[in-house]
Amino acid sequence: MIIGKKKEKDVEIPSASLADIVFLLLIFFLVTTSIDTEKGLDLVLPPPGNEEIKIPKKNITNLFINAAGQAMIDNEVVDVNQLAGIIKEKLFENPLLIVSLKTHKDSEYNVYVHVLDQLKKAGAKRISLADPDEE
Amino acid sequence: MEFKKKTNIKLSIPTASMPDIIFMLLIFFMVATVIRQYSGLKVELPDAAKIQKLAVSKRHIATIWIDKNGNVVMDDIPVKNIKNLRNLAYQKRAADPQLIVSIKADKYTKMNTINKVHQELREASAIRVNYSALPGEF
Repeated sequence: MIIGKKKEKDVEIPSASLADIVFLLLIFFLVTTSIDTEKGLDLVLPPPGNEEIKIPKKNITNLFINAAGQAMIDNEVVDVNQLAGIIKEKLFENPLLIVSLKTHKDSEYNVYVHVLDQLKKAGAKRISLADPDEE
Repeated sequence: MEFKKKTNIKLSIPTASMPDIIFMLLIFFMVATVIRQYSGLKVELPDAAKIQKLAVSKRHIATIWIDKNGNVVMDDIPVKNIKNLRNLAYQKRAADPQLIVSIKADKYTKMNTINKVHQELREASAIRVNYSALPGEF
């Protein structure tokens, strides 16, 4: 009995449609991808804890926002749009200045964002959020 | 004088490497895609001029939606009691130290709600926040 060597068969996975499959996947991912468009204002909140850090009074500027959407800086009511200029001048005089921002509980978020925007415009890096008054 | 018909030159763009190119594109989009997408609340974002892109990729972002009625949603979980936000934020923060909290609040939201959210985030040590805003000059 002769055992013949088996004929080698060509076994292949058809790859002609590979490109089509990959195209389909590509289109799926193209459609589902949303390139990041989220933008906004960065801020780092004060760390937790109530320990008070002593800061010389001359390095602090108090900024209040009242319920009517007016801004008050150092007991003087100012236009929100003029804040950038005022803060810039103050920063020029004292680069260590910390802006302490306090908002009334009925004031609008819109005003708050505008004020933050103005502070960013003025280049104020040191922004502190004061605890709101408990009522 | 005889006009000879010009010989047809076969012009073709080589397509042999096309699957490779498509594969590369495919891999790019697969890597760039983040499937996780939250729907959130309907909010009208405020506008600001000095906005910047978020410093980290989408994977490190937790989103808090706040609408003008004071409803708060964090990554698809409605926060009924504002005090529950602390736990949620703390878990997220513990899982990802690079976390940035993106706050998408309606522009007519009262600061009362925002301040409460601030307090909870502070307690949870999630202190890097980003206020989502639309580009624009007011």
